[in-house]
Amino acid sequence: MQALAELKDQIRKALPELDVVIGWQQGYDALHTRPLFIRSEEDIDKLVVNEFCVVNPSSYLREMRGGKKVGLVLKGCDSRSVIQLIQEELLNKDDLTIFGFGCNGVLNHAKLQARFGDIGYIESAESDGNTVNLVVAGNKETAPFAELCAEKCLTCSYPNTLQCSHFAGEESDKKAEAAQDKALEEFEQLSMEERFAFWQDQMRRCIRCYACRNACPMCVCKDHCLANSRQPKWLSEDVDVQNNFMFQMIHVMHLTGRCVECGECERACPMDIPIMLLRRKMAGIVRDVFAYNAGTNAEDTSPLMRFEVEEPTIEERH
Amino acid sequence: MACKFISNEDTNKWLEALAKDHVVFVPVEDGGSVTFRPFAEGRKPVLDRMPVRSPKEAVFPQTETLLTYKYEKDPENPERTAVSIKETLPRERAVVFGARPCGTRGMSVFDKVFDNDRIRDPYYATRRENTLYITLACDKVESTCFCHEVGSGPADTTCSDVLLTPVQGGFAAEAVTERGGKMLEASFFADGGDKCAEAEAVKKATREMLGEAHDYSDAPEKLMAAFDDDEFWEEQAAGCINCGACTYLCPTCYCFNITDEPTGTTGKRVRTWDTCMSFQYTLEGSGHNPRTVKASRLKNRVNHKFAYIPDTYDKHIGCCGCGRCIKSCPASVDIRAIVKAAQARSVKKESK
Repeated sequence: MQALAELKDQIRKALPELDVVIGWQQGYDALHTRPLFIRSEEDIDKLVVNEFCVVNPSSYLREMRGGKKVGLVLKGCDSRSVIQLIQEELLNKDDLTIFGFGCNGVLNHAKLQARFGDIGYIESAESDGNTVNLVVAGNKETAPFAELCAEKCLTCSYPNTLQCSHFAGEESDKKAEAAQDKALEEFEQLSMEERFAFWQDQMRRCIRCYACRNACPMCVCKDHCLANSRQPKWLSEDVDVQNNFMFQMIHVMHLTGRCVECGECERACPMDIPIMLLRRKMAGIVRDVFAYNAGTNAEDTSPLMRFEVEEPTIEERH
Repeated sequence: MACKFISNEDTNKWLEALAKDHVVFVPVEDGGSVTFRPFAEGRKPVLDRMPVRSPKEAVFPQTETLLTYKYEKDPENPERTAVSIKETLPRERAVVFGARPCGTRGMSVFDKVFDNDRIRDPYYATRRENTLYITLACDKVESTCFCHEVGSGPADTTCSDVLLTPVQGGFAAEAVTERGGKMLEASFFADGGDKCAEAEAVKKATREMLGEAHDYSDAPEKLMAAFDDDEFWEEQAAGCINCGACTYLCPTCYCFNITDEPTGTTGKRVRTWDTCMSFQYTLEGSGHNPRTVKASRLKNRVNHKFAYIPDTYDKHIGCCGCGRCIKSCPASVDIRAIVKAAQARSVKKESK
C-alpha cells in the first residue's frame, strides 16, 4: 500500500522530535490489530494500516498529557476526537503531530460474527474496499464490504484525516452511503413502549465493565468518573437494569455535543450492546438544534458549554 | 469410563426434565452475544461456539445479596435504634449445561479459594454443592484457545459431573462424578455402542487442531523476576484501556466487593464482582493507592493467574485457557504474549 510506505517515511523523519507515535500493529490473528506505540526506529516497521485498524488511537491521549510530544496515526473519524479535545483545551495542539491518510472504512467484528457464527472460527478476511473475501472453518466466503463494515462508515463524511500535519497516499473519495443511520431510523419506527422495553433488555445485558467509557476518547475523567464515586454515591454496586441504565444515561448526557461518533464505545462493548443508537440520537439533536457537528472545528465551542441569550439557530416564539 | 448416547431430540427433553427441579443454565443467543440463561420455553441452547460469558456466574453471580437489614426505632425509647438482620443463603438447585471444559475448569480455582481447610464461604459452598456441571467437549478451536497450554484440554473433565462429546445425531455422555452417573440413569440415554469410539476420535482430532503446547511451567519465577521491571510492564500494558471486560468474563477471576446498599431505613449487603483493572480496586481509605498506573494493575492480573496462584496452590495455573480475555479485549491485549514475553525477557537478561 502506497500510503503505508509514505506514512512510515513521514514517521521516521518526525520521530526524533517525538516521545511516541501511536498507530496500529498486527494483533494475535488475521482479524485483529492492536495499538502500536512507536518509540524507536525498529518499531516503525510494525505499523499496519488496513480495514482492521478499528481502535481510535486518540483514546490513549488522556494518559499522555503534560508536555509529552505525541504523534498519532489517525483515520478521519479518529481525528475528530483530537479536534474536540483541543477545542475543550484538554490538549495542547502544539504537542501533537497528526499523520493522516485516506480511509476506506473498517470492518466490524460483531457483524462478522453475526454472519459467520463466531469470530474465532474466521481464519482470514481480506477486503478490496468493495468485497470481503474470507476463509471460515476452511471454507471460502465472500460478502459485500458495506454489509460487514462498521456502521459509522456507512454515514461517514470524513474519510480523510482532518487537520493533520502529514498526509500520506491519496485522499479517499468514499462517499456516505446514507445521510441518516439506518439502525437509528429503524429503531425510531418503534413505539415508546417498545423502545423502553428494548433498552431495559439491553441494560440487563450490561456487565458494567466500563469498556465503553474507557474506550471513549472524550471520557477524560479517568479514575474520577462519577460512576465509581462513593461519596456522593450516585450508583449502587448492584449490576441491574436500573443502575446500568443510570450509568449509560450519565455517559450519554456527558457526551452530548462532544461525542464525535467514533463508535469506540459500542465496538469495545464485550456484550455488543448497541449504545451508539443513543449517541447518534443525541448528536442528531445537537445538529438539528444548534447546527453543530462535534470535532470538526477546533475554534468552535460545543453548544452545551456556552451560553447565548439568543441562540442563532433556534427560532424563539415571542 | 462407561459411555452412553443421547440424541439431539432427547437432549432437549432431558433439559426439560432437569428444569422441573433445577434452574438449568444454558448458553443462549442474547442480543448477538451468547450468555447463560435459565432454560425456558423458546430458549434454544447455542452449542456450536463458546459462550461469551463464563459459567462461573451460576455459582458466583455478579450481584449477590448476602443479607438484608432494617433499622427500627424503639417506640418506648426513641433514642434507641435496633437493627434486624436477615441472612439470605441461596437455596436453589442448579445445572450448568453446555459450558466448555475450560469454563467449567475455572471452578477449580474458586474451590481452592472459597472452600478450603481454613475458609468455607457459605454462599459459595452452598451454591457449589447444589450445582451440577454438564460440560460439552469441543470439536472446533478458535484463534484464542489455549486450554492445552495451561494443563487442560478440549475434553478436560475437571469440575464436571458429566462430559458430553458431540457425535453424529447427538452426544456421547460420560459420567465424571457419582452424581453425574445418577443423571445418566435417565431414560433418555441409550448404550453408547460405537458412539464411544466416535467420541474418542472427536476428542483426539480437536486436541490435534490445537497443536503443540507452549510450556508455561517456569512462568512463576520468570514473572517474579520481572516484577520490578517497570519498563517491561509499561510496554506490555501500553494498549490496555483498564476496563473490566477481561476479569468479568474470566472463568477464574473471583475478586469481589462487599457494600451496603441502603434504601431509607432498610437495605441489603451485596457482594459484587470487583476488577483489579480498576483504580478503585486497591484504593485505600487514606487516599493512598499502591497501584496508581495501569501497568501495575495489568501486572497483577497476569501475575495472579500465572505466578501467585501456581505458587500458592501446588503449581495449578490460575488461567483455564479459554481466551475470553483476549477475544473480548477492546485493544486485543493477549495474556499469552505477555507471559511469553516475561519468559523470553529473563533469557535475554541472563544472556547479557
